[in-house]
Amino acid sequence: MNCREAQELIHGFADHELDLFWNLEMERHILDCPSCSGTHERLRAMHAVVGGNSLYFHPPAGLEDRLRANLRKGRRVDKVWTNAHSWRVTGMAATLALCIVGTWQVAGTRQGSSRAETIGQEVVASHVRSLMASHLTDVFSSDRHTVKPWFNGRLDFSPVVADFADRGFVLDGGRLDYLDNRAVAALVYHRSQHVINLFTWPTMRPNRDIRTFDRQGYHVFNWTKYHVAYWAVSDLNPEEMRNFAEMMRKTE
Amino acid sequence: MLRTTELVRFEKIVLPHLGAAFNLARWITGNDHDAEDVVQESYVRALKFFGGFRGENSRPWLLSIVRNTCLTWLQQNRFSGSTELDVEIDGREEESENPESILLAAAQSQMVRKAIEELPPEFREVIILREMEDLSYKEIANIASIPVGTVMSRLSRARSRLQELLSGARTSGVGA
Repeated sequence: MNCREAQELIHGFADHELDLFWNLEMERHILDCPSCSGTHERLRAMHAVVGGNSLYFHPPAGLEDRLRANLRKGRRVDKVWTNAHSWRVTGMAATLALCIVGTWQVAGTRQGSSRAETIGQEVVASHVRSLMASHLTDVFSSDRHTVKPWFNGRLDFSPVVADFADRGFVLDGGRLDYLDNRAVAALVYHRSQHVINLFTWPTMRPNRDIRTFDRQGYHVFNWTKYHVAYWAVSDLNPEEMRNFAEMMRKTE
Repeated sequence: MLRTTELVRFEKIVLPHLGAAFNLARWITGNDHDAEDVVQESYVRALKFFGGFRGENSRPWLLSIVRNTCLTWLQQNRFSGSTELDVEIDGREEESENPESILLAAAQSQMVRKAIEELPPEFREVIILREMEDLSYKEIANIASIPVGTVMSRLSRARSRLQELLSGARTSGVGA
């Protein structure tokens, strides 16, 4: 092993992430190489200093008690999800599962727009991240019969996967993403040079017509159909985005 | 009653990770007050999703919720000017034996703390998760929603950057 190879593996080595073979190779190299051995020492020193207790922020006294109290009351602490009492009445006698459903319903009726804003922001952030991290697709295929089954076992629902290649919106594939605190399906399309991310997941909300948001130069289109939320985002022009959204919404 | 049993189980499994949750939230938000809000919200969310938690390791699971709650928090606060870094020092954690080493350790940890605070958020995050929480690359990949390969390269860049900041050789470029 030469130093260039060793430098590539040295973080994995210091972090005990290499398999047995490469671990032995690294150990051997470090014995013979003062420079790589020095790097290794610095990494260990950094781990000792940064991982030391003095940089760890400890929770303030009483936080644990406040937390327990809050959890027992089932009270939400942020300002966005406020209306706890109405579902309390209806959901009191029900099981935990029903309580969760109750929260969802209240969430839907009460804080509609600010919640949508938050999700809209998450959607744009996810879109940007997917473009930056070159992690656009986990399953790369323009065949919806390949993309749709890929989600089986990875999600607790089966997303609608449509193909509009004949109308200029080409399916590139799909991947898992995380939005609104749950795993969601992200379907990736493109039209000319523009990438469209379509996020979808089940919801308790009623049907909702297409609405739009603009964020940081991206256009976000959202609708709900048959208890599935759809969020499409792209830098494609709004007219064509609306086209896409309408076609998608009409898909059964 | 199912709800109470579930809550007791939740408290037993998830509450012990309060320290890790607070530490991560505190490093991301930059102050105690917001960190506490984020942690409270994270636990409420975690309880809500606890029914779906099948995993064996609850700490990375909780941390992924904390991290997500932090992101939402950052998005809501980024433009309202609350990103100031308050570099307050509390000496209460120092545990060394003699006065001299206490001083040395305090000065050193203060310097390191400041350097970590100066890291870009995506670097700071992997440093906290790896060096402080000792999480595996796979666990970090799950929490930060990045491929495992990216964890190693990001850690490597984060560490060089931290090294740079610590040795005072701070240049304007981030380095390759």
